[in-house]
Parts: sequence; structure tokens; C-alpha cells
Amino acid sequence: MNCSVITFPGSNCDHDAIFAAELAGWKVKNVWHEERILPIGTDLIILPGGFSYGDYLRCGAIARFSPIMHDVVKFAEKGGYIIGICNGFQILTETKLLPGVLLRNNNLMFRCKDVSIRVTNNKTAFTNKYVENEVITLPIAHGDGNYYADEEVINELEGEDRVVFRYSDENGNITEDANPNGSINNIAGIINGQGNVLGMMPHPERYSDKTLSSDAGLKMFLGILE
Amino acid sequence: MQEETKLFSEIEVNKEVAISLGLTEEEWENILKIMGRVPTYTEIGMYSVLWSEHCSYKNSIKQIKTLPRSGTNLLVEAGEENAGLVDVGGGYGIAFKIESHNHPSAIEPFQGAATGVGGILRDIFTMGARPIAALNSLRLGDLSSDRTKYLLRGIVSGIGHYGNAFGVPNIGGEVYFDDCYQDNPLVNAMAAGIVDVKNIATAAASGVGNPVIIIGSATGRDGIHGASLLASREFDEHTDDMRPTMQAGDPFAEKLLLEATLELIASGVVVGIQDMGAAGISCSTCEMSAKTGVGMKIDLDKVPQREPDMSAYEIMLSESQERMLAVITKGKEGRAHSICKKWGVNSVQIGEVTDDGLVRLWHKGKYVAELKAESLVLGGGAPQYDREATEPKYLLETRAFDTTKYETQLATEEEFWKILTSPTIASKRWIFEQYDSQVRTNTVSIKGDAGVIRLKEIPGKAIALTTDSNSRYTYLEPYNGGMIAVCEAARNVACVGALPVAITNCLNFGNPYDPEVYWQFKETIRGMGDACRALDTPVTGGNVSFHNESKEFAIFPTPTIGMLGIIEDVNKVMSANFKNIGDSIYMLGSERMEIGGSEYLKLMHNKISGKAPIIDIDEEKNLITTILELIHKELINSAHDISEGGIAICLAEKSILSDSLGCEVEFSDNATVGRVFGETQSRIIVSASAVQAKEMMKVCKKNSVNIIEIGTVIEDKFIINGLINTDVKTIRQKYEEAIPSLMKI
Repeated sequence: MNCSVITFPGSNCDHDAIFAAELAGWKVKNVWHEERILPIGTDLIILPGGFSYGDYLRCGAIARFSPIMHDVVKFAEKGGYIIGICNGFQILTETKLLPGVLLRNNNLMFRCKDVSIRVTNNKTAFTNKYVENEVITLPIAHGDGNYYADEEVINELEGEDRVVFRYSDENGNITEDANPNGSINNIAGIINGQGNVLGMMPHPERYSDKTLSSDAGLKMFLGILE
Repeated sequence: MQEETKLFSEIEVNKEVAISLGLTEEEWENILKIMGRVPTYTEIGMYSVLWSEHCSYKNSIKQIKTLPRSGTNLLVEAGEENAGLVDVGGGYGIAFKIESHNHPSAIEPFQGAATGVGGILRDIFTMGARPIAALNSLRLGDLSSDRTKYLLRGIVSGIGHYGNAFGVPNIGGEVYFDDCYQDNPLVNAMAAGIVDVKNIATAAASGVGNPVIIIGSATGRDGIHGASLLASREFDEHTDDMRPTMQAGDPFAEKLLLEATLELIASGVVVGIQDMGAAGISCSTCEMSAKTGVGMKIDLDKVPQREPDMSAYEIMLSESQERMLAVITKGKEGRAHSICKKWGVNSVQIGEVTDDGLVRLWHKGKYVAELKAESLVLGGGAPQYDREATEPKYLLETRAFDTTKYETQLATEEEFWKILTSPTIASKRWIFEQYDSQVRTNTVSIKGDAGVIRLKEIPGKAIALTTDSNSRYTYLEPYNGGMIAVCEAARNVACVGALPVAITNCLNFGNPYDPEVYWQFKETIRGMGDACRALDTPVTGGNVSFHNESKEFAIFPTPTIGMLGIIEDVNKVMSANFKNIGDSIYMLGSERMEIGGSEYLKLMHNKISGKAPIIDIDEEKNLITTILELIHKELINSAHDISEGGIAICLAEKSILSDSLGCEVEFSDNATVGRVFGETQSRIIVSASAVQAKEMMKVCKKNSVNIIEIGTVIEDKFIINGLINTDVKTIRQKYEEAIPSLMKI
């Protein structure tokens, strides 16, 4: 199975995504954003974290216009699997492959720490290796992870069970204290209506190897393989 | 290039001009002698920056040369390149260095700290090494003052802004608060990178006719006089006027510059490359030429410029960030430019290498400079001074101060809380969570006594990094303080299971023309040198920052030590937290109950006095060997060294780091201040099971290391008999809340 990790200028978790996907068993190609066509046979695209174009203007707003994105959108429309992590999530919302927007954290500071996340939907292609409502620990590292959308969109996401991850306490309770950035309904990750495009702020690729305290994130890259 | 050869100066240069640029009268005479003529304005500008304290090390180099600089593991020794390089095996080297950005951070904390991080990262990747870790040592004044809060906020967000976007994990460092840093905060940024030894780049120019190219951002008017007039002077009422000279950092540009630089080096087109920080194009052209005795002719009109109508003087002195100067093999320019273009990085040929040893500059058709490169640089014509040194008078008073009456008093719970929640001791979470500590997926731990980064390139191996310095000790006894800084850094990397192999240092001092400051400087270096020789941890480089004083405050002598340790087996990395209920707790080392220069004395009696703790280098060496043996043989379950706040704080920190484990500790006699808050050196607290303990005792006996059992690991409670009996949850909460509650807006 073939995975393409897109590198934008300013991406800095691209090597990490490649490392984790390879650990999971993917054949990975690193694709420079100026390419116009995805490698033939791509089954999964990862839009990695980082600060594409320095996050100048707005996070992800410029990366959306990178040459490769035209083919990425076509890939998504045909049902291809895409994971956007952190800056990758921001790029997906700017591209409108996912609804809503990621605002500045409500405490106005960049935050890098472990958070508890409840897998609120384990029926997706990405999360089927997790148990329903399983609580996992993953790190976050962002300044703009405060998910926001208007009421209509939130109702649609909630109604269609498209909130895949929520910030919770270690027992899975969705509390205000457990919310690290002010996201509506503690949203940490969502999926599109077709179920093939997922965006999340926490970094599963960072916890994919037990040497680094945990491999709780590795299952994210294993689900689609089967 | 237009070959006009009659020199042009836009301003007539004389002694007054030279002095206004920060040169001394003696240096002006010296320049006239070297040149045999009056320099042009551009030339005197170049001398003023290259002969500045910041670039020339003129008042420090003679002392620095007394430090041990060679060792078995060194691939590149101090001073040879932009950073030292240590062999870690497997065909890889670790480049690492620490540098100050104190003066810029004092006048513009966000950009000052950000560009400090940017500068140290460039020092690493200009050698062909990919940065894999960053650390910061910060020192500020009283955190209850608004100015300190403003500085801390700006400095921390500046460091985060740059490092997070660049993509380097920030894995540690230290933060101290003391009144002496009120006007003059210290921001020392450290970075480490890994390089395939086949791809090590040099900062030397060679090959007559080879093109000289400038890579990266355009040159603007920012940073002019940064090295000469900002970093090489004390703070006074005019310092604020220097704010417009500040450089502004662009981490996005640096990230692209990193990728372009590493690809250029790996592609084999680069002859030599040097980053541009202090003194910009002046420094890079002269240093790269002088290193091999070649020259360069440069057409300044080719230099991409951010602003119109810049003069030759301004272009040469600009400290615009995110720039590199490279010499490329003739004929390979096309390949070089296409690599840069891929990464969106500008690259332009501005000149070529010549054989005459001269840096020659043309600007708008005029010939503006012709200088012997060698005459400007450190190790060449740059001045080297011996300064007068006198033992400071304050030492009479501090040494006479009798600490015994405090040491023998019974410690109180109230004192414990006050020390635990003092900003220097309390949790730095508010700070370190603003830094990305995990990007690059190599961070094994940031919770032990040193940060640990695994090396994917050499499976199983890891490195440990820390920064350390207790400037109160150095103030009270510079020689001991210098030794302790090195020893504590070595002890910290040893506590995570790493063999200490080399240091980098950042020497922050006051005005070197003050004989008392110079005495502190010489003594500190003497102490550091002795410790480094004894521990076989040579100095691979670093920097000196003088003139850290204002009218009201002179900083304590602060030698920040950055230590590199090597871990052979990443699975054996040791951490500080307790592991199992029922494990026994032991202290390795001797109890001397010293409180001179301690956090206790400062907080409870507002005194920074007495003598610094004794340091016995053989004892320290033994302790380090022993802890490494215990970790290697898996005979202990946790290790944490005793430092500020003494054994009580060490135990508290171990408990706070443990999820639901605490300790019950009992001393053979009274819980005196000296015993629980004393800061005697060369001590480590470990925990071990009964089975491990038996073997551990044997190892300690064999190595003649003193060991005593002091308590047991228990669930949820924190008990030091005679001092405190409480829950771990309570101490954790107070420890965590101290800084956030001060920083609340």
C-alpha cells in the first residue's frame, strides 16, 4: 500500500509522518508541493504538521494554493484517503475538504503537551483499530487549534457522528478543563461526510514508537491498511 | 565587475569617527599602522565590528585558550569551525554550541530571543548538521516586577515562535530569577545537530576564481552596529535608542535556508560556507578568506537589498538574519542556484575568490574597501588584551559571613513551602509547554535531569543535553562556581545514563575593564578548566558576553555550561520519578550541610552570602562513574541530583514527577536547615528494590562512594519526618501554580 506525504515549504513534521507510516508498513513517497500529479498508486495522503509558508496570513491559507493541491482535491473527491495532522488539518479546512476553521488557542499561547483524547467514532477507516470511546494519550503542539464552525455545521457534524476525537479527561469525560484550546464541543478531530478525509490537531505520528513513551498513535496508520 | 582601483570614502575618517564606532584610541593607531593609510568609512566600519568585543573576543581569548580543547571524541576542536563536533560513532558527529543574545533580548525580548535561537541554529547547519535539539538558559530579575513579566513573556514567546516553526524540539534548559538580572536578562540559546561525517562543511574559502554566493534573505538596514555598539557596551539611558538597530527573525526563511543549505552541502558543490550573524557580510568574507589566506573581490551592487539606497557601509554592517555566504566550485553555480530555487531561497553570485589575501569591495562603481582579511579576524590582526584583575572587595564580607547558626536551626514546613514555590524552584511548565519539545520524533524524555534525544541514524543510541550554572556560587567563589557548573552539568547527564563527553559554554560577565569583574572571569575559567580536565569533557566552543550591567545592577558571573552526554543503550535511559511502592530511597554522596549561596538563605534571610559549597573533583568523578555503573547494571529505578533547595526539594521533585507515588523519609537526627535545604554538591538521590539494593551497595563500596538509606517510596503521601506530612497532590499543585499565578494578566 502506498502513502504520499506532502511537504510544503515550512512543513516540519513531514519526516515524522514518513517515519510513522513506514513503521506501520506503508510504502511511503515524499512529495514536494510543486509537483502537479500525485505518485501513481497512492492509497493514502498525509498532510503533515508544521508551519506551511510560515503560517503567514493564516494557517494553511497559502498552502491551499500549492500546485499539488489540485490533484489532492481530485484524489479526495474520488474517495482517496487523506489524513491532515495539525497544520495538515488547517490546510484541509482552508481547502474546504473539511468544514470549519481553526482559531487561535483561547489562552493565546502555543501549547505542547500530552492530552487525553476520546475516540468518539471508531467506525471510520482511520480509527477502526481503536475501541469505541477508548481514551488515548497523544501530544498536541499548536498555537491555532481552537476548532470553530457555525451552529449548522456543528449540528451536522454531531448529527452524522463525524466528530472522531474529543479532548477528554483521563476517564473519558468531556470537560472544559480537558479542553486545551477552546474548541467547540472539545473537538480534536473530524471526518468528512464521505468518510475518507480526516483532520486532527493531536499528533498520532509522534506516539507511534514505544521508545518515545507510547505507540498509541500507530493504530491511526494501521486502520486503512486492511 | 567594474575594476575602479582608487579608494573612495563617503565620509572623511579620523580618530573621532573611529571612537564613535566603539574603537579605542589605541586600536585606531594600530589600524593606521596595519594599513599604512587612513581607512575609508566602509573599512573603519568593518574594523569596528570585527574588532568589537562581541566578534574579536579581544578581552577574553587569552583566558579562553587556557581551557582544555582536545579530547578523544572530538572531530572538530573549539574555534576551528562555527561549532565543535563530537564523534558519536556509526559515522556520525554531533555539532553543538551555546550562544548569548542578552543585549538584544533586553531591549526587544521577543525578537531578541527569537534571533538568538535563529543564530545558534545557523551555526549548527552551516556545518552540514541537521539541528535535532535546542535548549535555553534564561536568567531574569524578580518575577513579581512588571518588567520581568514583560521580559519573560516576550522571551519565551520569541523562543517558541522561532524554534517551533523551524521544527527543532526544545528539550530543556534552566530558568533562574535573581535581582542582579533585573535590567540585564540573560538569554543563552543552545542547539545540537547531527551530521554524517562525510558531509561536514567547512567555513573556509578556497580555490581562486571560485564564485562567492550569498544565499537567503535580502540585506536590510537592521542590526547595524548590533555587535559593536549594542552587544559590546553596558546598558544606560541611551540603550533604548538602539531598538531600531534590532534584527527581526523569520523562522520560515530559516527553515527553507536549512533545507537548501543541507542539500547544497550534500550535493558536493560547496567549497566553504558560513552563516551570517553578528557583523554580517564583513565577518563572513573576512573570516572565510583569512582561514586559508585567500582573498575575495565582491560587488556590493549584486547583494540583494531590502531597502533602496543602502551605502556600502550599511550593507557590510547589516545583521539581517537568515543569510549564508558560500564559496561554490566553479562550474557548479547552476546546480547550486537550482537547489536554492527549489526551496524558494534566493542565491546570487556577488564575487569570487582571489589569491591576494585581500577583501576588496566595489559599490556603485566606486572602490570602497581593500583590506587584508587576516588583519581583521580573531587569531590574526584582531587585538588580544590582558586586563588587570583584582580580587573583589565584596568577598571580604561574604566570606566572613557565618552560616553555621542557620545551618543548625530546625527547618520548618513554612520554609519548605516558600522554597518549593519560589519561581527559581517551582515548575517551569508555563514556559516549556510553549515550546514544541517533540517534533522530529526523537524526544525520549524531557523530565529527567537532562533532555534525551535518540539518534535514528544510529539505532539504539541517544544523546543527553543539559545547561547548568549557579551564578550565586560563582559570585561567592568564582573558581568553585566554575567547577560546580561543569560538575553539575556532568552529574545531570549522568543521572539519565549518559557519559559526559564535552561541553560548550556561554560566559556572561560584566565590564571586562573593571579589574574586579576581570578577576571573576579569570577565576571562573580556571575552575571550569580544572573541572573539564578532570572529567575529560573538553570545551568545544561557545561564546563570551561581557558588559552585562546597568547603572544599578551588575550581574553575577554566570558561566552557562552546555553538556553533551552519550547514551549507548536508549532502553536504559534513567528518569527522576519513583517507580514502585516499597522501593528504598538512598542518597549517594557526602552530607556537608552547606547553605552558603543557597536558595534558603536568599529566600528566608534575603542574603546571598557565605561560601559556595565545596567541590571535590575526585568525589564528583567517582559519583558519576558510580551512577553510570548503577544505571548500566540496572540496579536503580530512579535518579535525581540534589541541587537548589537541597534534599527536601529533590525529594519533592521526584514525587511530583511520579503519578501517584511519594516518599517517607527519616533522618538519623534532626531535620535541620543544613540537612534538608543545604546545597552540598556531588549528591544523587536514587530508589531501588531490595534485590537491586544489595548489588548497589557493593558497587558503591567498590567505588568508595558514600551511600545512606533515607526512606521508602509510598503511595500518594509526601513525608519528611520532622518537617512535613502532606499529600503529593498538594505539593504538585503548589509547585505547578506558582509561576502561572504570577503571570496571570
